[in-house]
Amino acid sequence: MPETTATISLEVLRYRPEEAAEPVWQSYEVPLRRDWMVLDGLNHIKDSLDGSLSYRWACRMGVCGSCGMMVNGKPTLTCATYLAGLGPGPIRVEPLSGFPVIRDLVVDLRDFIDKLKSVKPWLLRGDEKPLADGEYLQTPDELAEYKPYSMCINCMLCYSACPIYALEPEFVGPAAIALAQRYNLDSRDDGAAERLDILSRHDGIWACTFVGECSAVCPKGVDPAAAIQRYKVGATAAWWRSVLMPWGTR
Amino acid sequence: MNPAYQPYHPKWHRKRMPIFWWLGKPAYTKFITRELTSLAVGYAVVLLLAEICALARGEAAHARFLRLLAAPPVLAFHLLVCAALLFHSVTWLNLAPKALVLRLGGRRLPDWIVVSGHYLLWLVASGAVVWFLRGGS
Repeated sequence: MPETTATISLEVLRYRPEEAAEPVWQSYEVPLRRDWMVLDGLNHIKDSLDGSLSYRWACRMGVCGSCGMMVNGKPTLTCATYLAGLGPGPIRVEPLSGFPVIRDLVVDLRDFIDKLKSVKPWLLRGDEKPLADGEYLQTPDELAEYKPYSMCINCMLCYSACPIYALEPEFVGPAAIALAQRYNLDSRDDGAAERLDILSRHDGIWACTFVGECSAVCPKGVDPAAAIQRYKVGATAAWWRSVLMPWGTR
Repeated sequence: MNPAYQPYHPKWHRKRMPIFWWLGKPAYTKFITRELTSLAVGYAVVLLLAEICALARGEAAHARFLRLLAAPPVLAFHLLVCAALLFHSVTWLNLAPKALVLRLGGRRLPDWIVVSGHYLLWLVASGAVVWFLRGGS
């Protein structure tokens, strides 16, 4: 890597409960290299300047969804955001908003994980066909139906961008609903009615007021806002069917 | 050191959402404006019903109603309502493809067709209302 003398200032919001009840800003100068991401800057701080800085990261290639943080007030994957693109600085790095902070840039994931599990994001089958009958085949069109939603990496940027989640923490939230929709639209899945029972509650799809920022910040172009609005249309149609044709199945 | 800190009893930091959170980002402000301008939609519906009632009461009552609408303060207020109504309608109709997926021959129709269809329906419905209020002529 070529040596560089240029630096950029990273202001990091640090929360160390044993030292202070409130988070405080701490400034660091990091090398401004053309190919460095914000995460590289944080790793430089951790390795060379201040080993006490806490944050999450893993793959460094926009796949694991661990390194989501607020960068200059915007929910961002730090491994996919160039330092040079945010110049001249200072660049402000904070933990994802809307979540309780455990330490520095580390937020508590449990609420999201619980909500994700609640929508059963896996294939639910009514009845399994015998093994001898072979695979469950799918056409390219059937695959295209749910594939955009399957790109979600659970980075939680959409939750951080959603003011409704911050105001009403009971809201199931964008990624969980988008993933429920991913399985509902899968031709191999029979669990749509089961998921609808969970998501048609007040804190499910109806809590969403369609701000749309969840889709704007998604690093994978998943569009959870669209998933939620389509879910609402589907739930409304199901309700009308149950009223007009109570003898029919949902 | 934080005197309130107890080892092995971690304390999460929770940030409160400020009251004016919707001023923090242009997208949030646009969202709140879209929501608030729905009041203009409600007002327009009430105004339309009031005009229908005036029509039902006879020509003189309708003429009085139209004179009221032509008063400068009412006119100025209705220009504001019209701007709010247009903002609400345009931002809302542009979002239609997010909720509505239309298919033709198994293929999904592009978003612009869904948006254009909504604008066309809006135009037809507005034309029908104008036609009705002008006495079907």
